[in-house]
Amino acid sequence: MPITHSSPTTPPALPAESTVISIKDLDFSYPDGHIALQSISLSIKEGEKIALVGPNGAGKSTLMLHLNGILSGRGDLEVGLLPLNKQNLPVIRSLVGLVFQNPDDQLFSPTVFEDVAFGPLHMGLSEDEVYARVEAALAQVDMRGFENRLSHHLSTGQKKRIAIATVLSMHPQILVLDEPSAGLDPRARRGLIELLRELPLTMLVSTHDLRMAKELFPRMVIMDEGKIVADGETGVLLKDEGLLEKHGLEGV
Amino acid sequence: MTRQNIFDQYTAKTSPIHRLSPIVKVVVAVLFIFSNTLLPDGAWLSFALSGGIILTLTLLAKLEWHYTLKRSLIVLPFALAGISALFSLPGKTLAIWHIGSLELILTDAGLLRFESILVRSWLSVQIAILLVATTTFPDLIHALEHLRLPKMLVTVVAFLYRYMTVLSDEALRLLRARQSRSALLPNPPHSDDFSRPALGKLRTKVLTTKTRGGGSLLWRARTAGNMVGQLFLRSYERSDRIYHAMLSRGYSGHLRTLNPHSMESRDWLLIVLAFIFIALLQLFAHIS
Amino acid sequence: MLHSPTPLHIPDGFLSITVSLITWAITIAILSIAVKRTEKLDEKQVPLMGVMAAFIFAAQMINFPVAGGTSGHLLGGAFAAIMLGPWAGMLVMTAVIGVQGLLLQDGGLLVMGANILNMGLITSAIGFGLYRMGDGRNQKLKLTLAGIAAWLSVMAGALLTSLQLWLSGTARLDIVLPAMLGVHALIGIGETLITVSALAFIFKTRPDLLDQAQGHAHGGKKWIFIGIGISLFVLILSPLASSNPDGLERVASDLGFLGQGVDSPYSILPDYTLPLLGEGAFSTIIAGIIGALVVALIAFFIAKRKNVTADT
Repeated sequence: MPITHSSPTTPPALPAESTVISIKDLDFSYPDGHIALQSISLSIKEGEKIALVGPNGAGKSTLMLHLNGILSGRGDLEVGLLPLNKQNLPVIRSLVGLVFQNPDDQLFSPTVFEDVAFGPLHMGLSEDEVYARVEAALAQVDMRGFENRLSHHLSTGQKKRIAIATVLSMHPQILVLDEPSAGLDPRARRGLIELLRELPLTMLVSTHDLRMAKELFPRMVIMDEGKIVADGETGVLLKDEGLLEKHGLEGV
Repeated sequence: MTRQNIFDQYTAKTSPIHRLSPIVKVVVAVLFIFSNTLLPDGAWLSFALSGGIILTLTLLAKLEWHYTLKRSLIVLPFALAGISALFSLPGKTLAIWHIGSLELILTDAGLLRFESILVRSWLSVQIAILLVATTTFPDLIHALEHLRLPKMLVTVVAFLYRYMTVLSDEALRLLRARQSRSALLPNPPHSDDFSRPALGKLRTKVLTTKTRGGGSLLWRARTAGNMVGQLFLRSYERSDRIYHAMLSRGYSGHLRTLNPHSMESRDWLLIVLAFIFIALLQLFAHIS
Repeated sequence: MLHSPTPLHIPDGFLSITVSLITWAITIAILSIAVKRTEKLDEKQVPLMGVMAAFIFAAQMINFPVAGGTSGHLLGGAFAAIMLGPWAGMLVMTAVIGVQGLLLQDGGLLVMGANILNMGLITSAIGFGLYRMGDGRNQKLKLTLAGIAAWLSVMAGALLTSLQLWLSGTARLDIVLPAMLGVHALIGIGETLITVSALAFIFKTRPDLLDQAQGHAHGGKKWIFIGIGISLFVLILSPLASSNPDGLERVASDLGFLGQGVDSPYSILPDYTLPLLGEGAFSTIIAGIIGALVVALIAFFIAKRKNVTADT
């Protein structure tokens, strides 16, 4: 299979403090009629690190699937100043690095190399560039030399790191992670927190791990029943026990 | 994670055989199996010669000399299917049995045919074992891609390889759940079973668990059917999530891959040499 | 044969070069159509088929005890074709059989064409073909058809395997055919039970998936003819060849198959001139059809019971 060397479309360069993602009045219901998102408005500035919390079924994952157009509801969604539409979809998908909760879904190739290379290859990058990006992405998650390892031989912690590398290799403007610390033992969880702390990227992270949220994310968005019910400073929201209790969360 | 051993028979060593291009290994292995199948009944010298080559390759690959030998016993159960060859050829009668209306005449030619089938099969399976012991499966997939297998099929094989352990784990969890609900059903295979080097087929091992009855046959079958249905649904939903993960990394229906292997002149030379050697072996076997 | 749960995985060495190459040719021809057809489907098809191949691989581990230390488990060709359509089912089964042969040496490489044909292609074709007949009908009929298809798919595989072994000079037809068919008549019942129960489970929990799996979405009416054609081939040829192998022997040696080894032993027997449709042939065909009816009844019975449990 020949490799296509089409030149990748470059996204518009963003000035500092500009908005990476802006959502206005987003509604979404599944085909079975279940309403998953109700008038969601959210704006994320460059460099922000945001925790997205809320009970299961609150719509967190559904919202995340909207960020790169896998689902599309009614409303306005802009990523990196580009409105989400069919034409912009390829660029937007490279701008939003979406990492799914279960690394066994994220890592679908036989080897680590093939998985980390998947994004860059499908962006149409040249062979040399793909190799360079794979190496750099693996270095960023501290997994150098794992290229030829088989995905099903990795530990859960290693899989999570590789899963993050699979989107870092696409040079995203924002990292969107679904439950990154779920299923990790304390040591692997600690390692992951340190990794997320060091990554110099805008982040939106859905989690039930409020201790991690407190440690890493200055801003917190709480969702419940498809709506954003609170959006503010993590430290402040975590002190509001009434709010937390109302939405099935436990203070730390 | 003890399971990996049964599905991955690759032994990580550095040897000249390991370093060969996977394409060369696949082509030569198939040529060799072709050759075995073509050897005439009772060509003992040629059989021995082929066996000698396999042993040499095994040693060159730094595997234990009995490695392929032991694992190759896997073909034994199928020998039953060929047992009637004993009575299928005219020749010097060695024995006659009567089973019902069936008259079984064991002849020398029939015996020779049966023995030859077993030897040919045994030699061939050793080559296949040698191939997977010295080549990682992702490399084999690359070789298949180079050998012009349809992209679609290669991709399905790659997915199968990636997810067979994941879904087998799920199947085992279902079997254990059945076990814990009902003391009357067979023991699910223990994960220890997987850590031992596999002599037989995986399924043989899984199936030879203790049978202790339990409910009517229909009920047992329906329980198994429900588990299959459940596993199907989980797999189906997983394929949705994987599809989303692919989409979000730029997949749009056309898969791109990098294939690090290419055929060099040395590789062509090796294939030609193997071909000449096998032709000579055949010539020798058919003349003598 | 009873000890090996999958006697259909032929190892290398058991089929002659001629039979290996002919079966490869047939398999490649059918697979190239399957690849073309599935490439036309939407892009979700790729991960779906890949995960489904792993599913079939794993589902074959789910067993249930039958009797005397033997267990039943799924072969999966009919099931895969019913859920995914005939072409995708064929590719999925091909990947499973290919990996079992290549990675686990469960089945040979040179004979893989035959193994794919016996366990993947004919099973998918008959599975989908018969199920397609129930398009738009009620659940009970669909499940019954699926049950018959599952049984016949195993029988078809066993029949082809026996014929290939015999044409290769590896087995005597009058022994291998009744033995293979006998064993697989039982294995096939396991296949029927699991296939019908699994489908009933899916009907109950995700009816939308089986709506998608309505036959016409995956293939036209010609599949019904293919399914019935293969069924008739199995139902007529199996009992006929079992009771009267001489006719087939003659056909095969006329075609030059048995000439490559030593002459067929039957050519030295005096009574080989029996015509293909000799006395008693029809009675054996009827026996085969009765066999299929029994399986149909069993499948119908489970389908009915399933509906009752689904209602409660």
